[in-house]
Amino acid sequence: MAHETKQILRRLKSAKDLSRFMADYYYELNEAAISGKRKIAWCTSVGPAELLRGLGYLIYFPETHAAMLGATRMATDLIPTANAMGYSPEICSYLTADIGAFVKGITPLSAAYKGITSVPKPDVLVYNTNQCRDVLDWFNWYGDKFNVPVVGIESYRSVGEITDFHIDSIASQIENLVAPLEELAGCKLDMDAFKQAVALSRECSDLWAQCLATASAKPAPLTFFDGTTLMGPAVVGRGTLKAVEMYRLLLDELEERVNAGEGALVGEEKYRLYWDGMPVWGRLGMHSKMFAELNANVIASTYCSSWIFSALDPSDPFKSMARAYTELFIVRNDAYKERYIQDKLDVFGCDGILYHNARTCPNNTNCLYGMPQRLFRKTGIPFVIMDGDLNDLRCLSDEQTKTNVEAFIEQLEEMK
Amino acid sequence: MSKTYSIEKAVYAGVDVGASHTKVALIDTAGHLRGHGVRKSGVNFSATAEMCLADALQMADCTADQVAHTVSTGYGRHNVTFASGTHTEIGCHAKGSYFYFPEAITVIDIGGQDNKIIKLDSNGRRISFKMNRKCAAGTGAFLEEMATRLDIPLSDMDGLARKSTETVNIGSYCTVFSATEVLEYIRHGKKVQDIIKGLFVSVIRRVLEMDSLTEKVVMTGGVVAHNPYLIDLSEEQIGRRVWTPPFPQLAGAIGAALYAKATQTSDNE
Repeated sequence: MAHETKQILRRLKSAKDLSRFMADYYYELNEAAISGKRKIAWCTSVGPAELLRGLGYLIYFPETHAAMLGATRMATDLIPTANAMGYSPEICSYLTADIGAFVKGITPLSAAYKGITSVPKPDVLVYNTNQCRDVLDWFNWYGDKFNVPVVGIESYRSVGEITDFHIDSIASQIENLVAPLEELAGCKLDMDAFKQAVALSRECSDLWAQCLATASAKPAPLTFFDGTTLMGPAVVGRGTLKAVEMYRLLLDELEERVNAGEGALVGEEKYRLYWDGMPVWGRLGMHSKMFAELNANVIASTYCSSWIFSALDPSDPFKSMARAYTELFIVRNDAYKERYIQDKLDVFGCDGILYHNARTCPNNTNCLYGMPQRLFRKTGIPFVIMDGDLNDLRCLSDEQTKTNVEAFIEQLEEMK
Repeated sequence: MSKTYSIEKAVYAGVDVGASHTKVALIDTAGHLRGHGVRKSGVNFSATAEMCLADALQMADCTADQVAHTVSTGYGRHNVTFASGTHTEIGCHAKGSYFYFPEAITVIDIGGQDNKIIKLDSNGRRISFKMNRKCAAGTGAFLEEMATRLDIPLSDMDGLARKSTETVNIGSYCTVFSATEVLEYIRHGKKVQDIIKGLFVSVIRRVLEMDSLTEKVVMTGGVVAHNPYLIDLSEEQIGRRVWTPPFPQLAGAIGAALYAKATQTSDNE
C-alpha cells in the first residue's frame, strides 16, 4: 500500500520563479568568470552592492554560498578542513564552511546548476564589517588566495542614535572606494547607473518589506522558513530590475492568500511565533515541518528583515547608503534591539518568541546578555532558547530541540 | 476514545521513557499512586515500557483492562505504542510536582541525561523552563561516568559522600575534563568520599548555573531519588529548604498519568 504523506504546508507558486531567478544569477556569474567579459566583485551581504552595480561589476556573495553549503548539509563535513587550517570551530561557520569547500574544490553550485564547476573567480573583494569582524578575515583569506585587492567599509557597532558623524564617516568610506574600484573595473563610475541601482535596491527593499508584512494577517500567508529562501533576490539581486520583478510576483501571491484567508499552514494556525537569529540552514525542512505539526507558525523574524533598506534614496546615494547600512538591526545597540523586537511582537501578534543561540554567530544571537528575560519582563510574552548553529550541525541536538519546542508549545497552550 | 469499564476501577498510566530509566506510574481516579515500575530503558524502549507497566499493574493489583488512558513522556515517548497521547518531560515533571506542591514552585529535575529548571505560577502554569545545553555535566550520566572512573558501584556514592570530611573542588564544565580533575585528586591521595562529595557539589553547581531560583524549590529525578544527600547539599548551596515529592524518580511518570486522567475527564465532558 502506498504511503500517503499528509500535506501540512502550502507551497508558494513563486518558489519556482525564485529557483529560476537564482539559476539565472549563477549562470550569468559563471559565464562572466569563464569569458572574462565582466568584472566580478565578491561582496558581503550588506556591502555596497549598489555602487558595484554602478561600476558594472557582477556581484557574488560568499555568505549566500555558505548558506547553500549549510542548506545542502555539506558544511559540517567541510568545516573541519578550515578548523585544521587554524580557524576555530567557535568562529563563523559560514567562513569555515566556505573556506573548507574552496580548499576541497567543492561547491553546491555544481549539483544545483549543471555546468558550473566552481565559484566565480573574483577581481576584487568588497566587505562591510556591519555584519561582523569575521567577514574581513574571510575576505582577506580569499584576497590572498586569488591575489586580488580587498577593500571595504569599517562600520560602527552597537550604534544607538545614528548621528551625522556616523553617516558622514560611512559615506566617505564608500566614496573612497570609488577610485580603486574604477581602476579595477577599467571604467568610470556611471552616476546614472549608480543612482538607478540605488532606486532599484530601494524598490526591492520596499517590496520585500511588504511581502514580510503580509505575515501580520491571520493566518499568515508565509513562514519564516519560506522567508529564508525567498529573501535570495533581496540579497544577491538588490539593485536589479529582476529582483524587483520577482518580489512583485511574490507580493501578488501573498496578497491573494491573505484575501482568500489562506495561511501557509494547512492546519489551524494556533500559535504565532517570532524567530530571533539565524536559521539552522541544514534543518530548514525539518524545523518547518516540526512547527507546522504543532500548529505553530513562525511568522516573523529579525533575520529576514535584515534586507530592508528603507533609507536608500537615489538623489543622495552615498549618504543614503551609509544610513541604510547603519540602520540595520545587527549594527545597533541592545536598547534599540529590544524596542525593535517588542514592536515586531506587537505588529505581528506573536504568542511567543524563539531565540536561536547560534554557537558560531554571536553577532546574530540576541539571547546572550539577558535580552530574553528583559523583554519577557516588559511584554509577558514567553520565550524559549534553542541551542544550535547556522551551519555546523555538530552544535545541535535534534532531540533536545524537539523537546524544547514541544514543551514551549505546551506552555503556550496552557496559557491560552 | 475511552474504554468501557466501571469508572471507579479505572487507573491511569504515565510512562516516562528516559534516556537512562523507564518509569511507569499508575494512579486512580482520586489521583493516588497505586503502582509503579522502574527498569533500565535499554535498547528496546517499547518492550521495557510494557514490562514496567506489567510491574506497576501487579503492584496495584489491577489488570490491563482497567487502564483507561496512557500518556507517555521522556526521550522515548514516541516509542510507547500503547500510549494514547504524549507530553514532554518538562510538562510532566511540572504537573507531577505541582500535584504534590500546589503553589508557585521552581522544579529542578536532574535526570539521567539532562537537567531542567521549570518555573510554575500558583495555578500550576509554566512561566518558563530551561534545559541544560548539549552536555552531560550535572546529570546522572556524569555521576555514572565518575563512578566508573573511581571504580565504585553507583549505589555506594550517596553513603560515601556522607562520610566526607573535606570537599574537593571539581570546577570544569565538561564531564571529560572533570574526569581528569578526579584523576588528579586521586594522584594527590585525596579520599574517595571527599572526591564524591566534590562531584555532588559540582552537579548542584552545574544545575544552579542554568537559571535563577524563585519560590519554593522542588527537586525531582532519579539522581536525587538515589542520592538523597544531594538534597542536603543543595540546601547548603542555595541557603534554603529544598522539597521533594514522595517518589522523585516518578515525578515525570506521575505527571504523565495525571495528563492521562485529565484526558479521561475531558472525554466524559
